[in-house]
Amino acid sequence: MSKKGKKKTQWSRVDGREYNQLRPIKIESGVLPNADGSAYIEMGRNKIICGVFGPREMHPKHQAKPNVAVLRCRYHMAPFSVDPRRSPAPSRRDQEISMVMRSALESAVFLERYPRASIDVYVEVLEADGGTRCASINAAAVALVDAGIPMKDLVVACAAGKYDGRLVLDLGDYEDKKGQADVPVAFMPKLNKVTLLQMDGVLSPKETEDCVALALEGCKQIYEVQREALKKKYGIEKKPEAEQVAPEEAAEAEEPTEEAEKAEEDDER
Amino acid sequence: MSATFETRDIVVPGDVLYEGRVRTGENTYRNEGNVYATRVGLVNYGKEDVSVIALEGGFNPLVSDVVIGEVVDIELGQWLIDIGAQTEALLNIPDAVDQPFRTEFVMTRVLDVGDTVIAKIVDLDRKRTPILSILGPGLGRVSEGFIVRITPSKIPRLIGKRGSMINMILKETGCRVSIGQNGRVLINGRTREQEEMVVKVVHRIESEAHTSGLTNRIQEYLRKLKEERR
Repeated sequence: MSKKGKKKTQWSRVDGREYNQLRPIKIESGVLPNADGSAYIEMGRNKIICGVFGPREMHPKHQAKPNVAVLRCRYHMAPFSVDPRRSPAPSRRDQEISMVMRSALESAVFLERYPRASIDVYVEVLEADGGTRCASINAAAVALVDAGIPMKDLVVACAAGKYDGRLVLDLGDYEDKKGQADVPVAFMPKLNKVTLLQMDGVLSPKETEDCVALALEGCKQIYEVQREALKKKYGIEKKPEAEQVAPEEAAEAEEPTEEAEKAEEDDER
Repeated sequence: MSATFETRDIVVPGDVLYEGRVRTGENTYRNEGNVYATRVGLVNYGKEDVSVIALEGGFNPLVSDVVIGEVVDIELGQWLIDIGAQTEALLNIPDAVDQPFRTEFVMTRVLDVGDTVIAKIVDLDRKRTPILSILGPGLGRVSEGFIVRITPSKIPRLIGKRGSMINMILKETGCRVSIGQNGRVLINGRTREQEEMVVKVVHRIESEAHTSGLTNRIQEYLRKLKEERR
């Protein structure tokens, strides 16, 4: 059954996508001036905002670890994010997704560089339409980079699953609920490592493998969007203008860090 | 054995900067024989190493950094000062008052909670808590001026090569500007207009820190601002 999904047939998904097509995705970084790093993601009808604080002193202090930083994640769905209204109190599901996000992101962050500190990731789902945990991880990874936290790689997440007996990529809310299986995967694309793999539902071993492969394909597409989002903050469209600058000026601007710090000591003080 | 980007390209964490053996500079790490970026920034291929000039990043306190902070608490024999680092910094009485200790000494007469200080990091203790001193020229309590906060990693651009940028700003505006390595900039001018001009310029530098030829552009921008005032 599943293999038929890969052939082009009359069959189409609820929202008319191909089996391997993502929902339209948009990521913006640096949207919250008060957070150290932040990101906003729209993935289909999901709207999620994420703020990162830290590395900062851990409170309560007894939770701090003497050798590494602690990454804390809070996933929360706004009461108005779903219909009918949802209680704003953290649910079991919120706790699970917070934990899942933490473990997906943890392996990408150089936690050992900030002993005794905490890095706090707050994710608020403003509008939910299936696959929020993957979208949240995508936003959180961009926000972490935006906060200037040293990372081994970006983390990108995408789900694949089985709907109507066929394997499909990036399930929406309807497909998630009516489908037979859902496999969210988080992935570090440059290191080629999976940091999260969950499965809901029933799949044969072969289908599971295909599903993961499909999800990884989706991840790679989202990775490009994340990169663009991070670069957009520094105005890629401005780049041609910067290139027009004469080469000697470019040379003058090179290696500002060390020299300038020395200069600061000499001249400023 | 080759570079994969051009110098001054924007890179994001996980980008392979160099395939093969080379020394890893700032904001990079080595994995399976390749050099990767750890922060978003501009890649710099030096003569011997590969590094990334970070565009985002918190303040990593180092000895001899001059910082601008706010007194947040007073404890027995020390002030706690928020300098925007991971932990609050400590300022002990001997580093604040250059006289022998007397029992009638009142700490709040020197610095009170809420005061702003310019201080120098003289030491990091074994928990990497910065130890400050306000003994020295240009250091001590600040009573007036504007404080602007920018990303600490962009402070070098505000100063410029051998202080070119900051000296230009000082000359053009006539303000006194103190720069803390922790991303806080204190601006003192004769008039409020002068100060506001510098605030605008500092924000402009922060948002364009990654572009080249910045000093000249900022100079033009400053002159334009001055003409608008007239």
